[in-house]
Amino acid sequence: MRYQFKTEYIQDIRLFRWGGARAFWTLLGVYTLIVAGLNLFMPGQMTALNWVGLGAVSAVLYTVVVRKVAGDALWYGLLGIVVLTAPFVLDIYFVSQLTLVYIYAIAGVGLMLLVGQAGLISLGHAAFMACGAYVAAIMSQQGYDLLVILPAAVLISAMLGFIVGLPALRMTGIYLGFATYAFAYIFEEVLARADGLTGGNNGMLVEMPQLFTFLDGVKIGGLELGPIVIDNEVKLYFLSLALVALTILVGINILRSPTGRAFSAIRDSEVAAEALGVNLAIYKTAAFAISAGMAGLAGALNAYFLSYIFPEAFTILVSIELLVMVLVGGLGSPLGVVFGAIFIVMVPEMVAIAKDILPPAIGEQPGLKNGVYGLILILFLIFEPLGIHGWWLKAKTYFNLFPLYKQGLFKRQKSYMVSERDR
Amino acid sequence: MDKAFEVLWRIIAGASLVAFVSPPFLFLFGVIDSSALMLYLQQVVSGVANGCVYALVALGIVLIYKATETINFAQGEILMIGAFLAFTFINILGMNFWLGALLAAGGTALVGMGVDRIIIRPMVGQPAFAIVMVTIGFGFVARSAVSMVPGWGTDSYAIERPFAADVFTWGEIAISYDHAMIVATTVVLCAALFLFFRYTKLGIAMQASSQNQLAAYYMGIPVRQIFTLIWGLSAGVAGLAGLMLAPFTFVHTNMGMVVFRAFPAAVLGGFGSIPGAIVGGIIIGIVESLSGFYLDEGIKNVAAYVVLLLVLVLKPEGIFGVVHRKKV
Repeated sequence: MRYQFKTEYIQDIRLFRWGGARAFWTLLGVYTLIVAGLNLFMPGQMTALNWVGLGAVSAVLYTVVVRKVAGDALWYGLLGIVVLTAPFVLDIYFVSQLTLVYIYAIAGVGLMLLVGQAGLISLGHAAFMACGAYVAAIMSQQGYDLLVILPAAVLISAMLGFIVGLPALRMTGIYLGFATYAFAYIFEEVLARADGLTGGNNGMLVEMPQLFTFLDGVKIGGLELGPIVIDNEVKLYFLSLALVALTILVGINILRSPTGRAFSAIRDSEVAAEALGVNLAIYKTAAFAISAGMAGLAGALNAYFLSYIFPEAFTILVSIELLVMVLVGGLGSPLGVVFGAIFIVMVPEMVAIAKDILPPAIGEQPGLKNGVYGLILILFLIFEPLGIHGWWLKAKTYFNLFPLYKQGLFKRQKSYMVSERDR
Repeated sequence: MDKAFEVLWRIIAGASLVAFVSPPFLFLFGVIDSSALMLYLQQVVSGVANGCVYALVALGIVLIYKATETINFAQGEILMIGAFLAFTFINILGMNFWLGALLAAGGTALVGMGVDRIIIRPMVGQPAFAIVMVTIGFGFVARSAVSMVPGWGTDSYAIERPFAADVFTWGEIAISYDHAMIVATTVVLCAALFLFFRYTKLGIAMQASSQNQLAAYYMGIPVRQIFTLIWGLSAGVAGLAGLMLAPFTFVHTNMGMVVFRAFPAAVLGGFGSIPGAIVGGIIIGIVESLSGFYLDEGIKNVAAYVVLLLVLVLKPEGIFGVVHRKKV
């Protein structure tokens, strides 16, 4: 068993667990000091390239010198640079794969909050994604601004989630899974039948959305502004990047807020949570609404990503895929969700590569991808319930505690006689 | 609040029951003619037959749930394996139909025992949700593996049956031999299971292990082996169900989707009640059949889930379920 000792009062509510804000300010301070010094001694040398170079030098200096004080700002900075420059360096195919990772991660954060934090099971998240996707598709057809479409997709999906959350007040455990599954199936059927609005089983084409339509024809100092049309992979990439960053930030914030605490209290014991003053009705439906809203956002982006949607694209297999993602990534952490999203997007690629290597009798099978999903899911659940995030944690602890790391540090505790019947 | 839900449930259930039994009376009072009544009865019969398949799948799920509190989402895939085994024994190897059926059930039982031993056993003590996900993972693997077996693949097959695919008539109602066989097998199987659980040592040991693992253990019952046997029993029932489902959906890697009709059946009957699973399955079958005939085809697809949602909201413990309350 691994304990984390508290050394500060704000330790477990810090937004960036490793003191990100403080690190940022120290980095900025180091940079300013160097720039000021250089300006003092070598006036007139500051070209743009030198600015960037200085930034790099100060970052390295900062890591070497002030790392002890500051923490992991460097890693955040590096990650930021990587994701911001990726679309200009990588092949367009990889850019769209990364976009898909972000889209899955958005839905995953929502599902993580619901399953990992609040302990409520949903086998119907595909329906919320479908809701967001269809809202986006229909509103783009009407020519709305993306600034209207995305909040609308989130809100409508969240309302749907609220409605689905109502039965959750009367049931727990896998029953909820059944209820959400039933709802998702009915919703899919409704989408297929409402062909006036959704095009039914033929699906509908999604028009490319516009951002900032109110800027059309606005001029500032001779510079003509106009709406941004999200019409290529790179623009969609940046849109998804911004939204996934926002979603993860919201997710982390919920985790550390009283709402998140209430969720985990519900997960651990509903009776105890209620006794401690957690209003079950409010928090259970809120968990569903938040989670569904995030899934709706992912669905809207997915609609633009696919540019063609149909009800069959949102079956239970998608819901299960999302659950697999959250579980393989590591339940209960935003970082794990991102790992899971990378995993989910990479498996088909790996399978495609493996097809060339494997003998055709196995490699050519259409069911190979799902088989690999299933196998990896089973292996993870049996041997590494903490998921990919668990590997990350173990590696980090290993280096932190070197050479004192013990084999049994993360040994899971078995709990016998847990009964779902008497909850 | 609970009281209101209970009343609403009684109203809905009562109204459905009245509507269900009313056609013969309507005929007696001359409101509908005999052909309309016969059409109705025809639908009911085919609904009962379909429902029996759901019932058997639900029965397998409930057996496992009662004993181990594991909800087996892979029951459909086990059923599919059973159907493919039957297909192999009967069509490819050319065995007698009944012998092939028995061998298929036995083979499926072995698969079920293997599943318990290899992937469920290491998960004991984990949250129920994790175990559910393991069974879902096994379902994926099974579907993928079956599609890779030479001679099976992703095509649809029909199992050769000794009785032709035609019908016999009873009054004006036409009953296909397939339907008759399903109902007969279900009845025989249920009777056999009842006797097994009632009068054999093994059956009683199984009941004991389901009711209280610890107490059963103290009484000298080898609980783990018993659980493996229960998985085998449940898988064997699923294998037979697969054989009987084959004439309608054909033997195909996706025939396991029937499990999503069996869950409403199990919940309706009260999850964890064996008679409940049978009754629930038959009710779901009849509801589907009638709504498909008198209402829209789309309604038929969702009817089972509408029933499921209604039951979950209004009466989560189902028809035969027992209410458990946690003591604090």
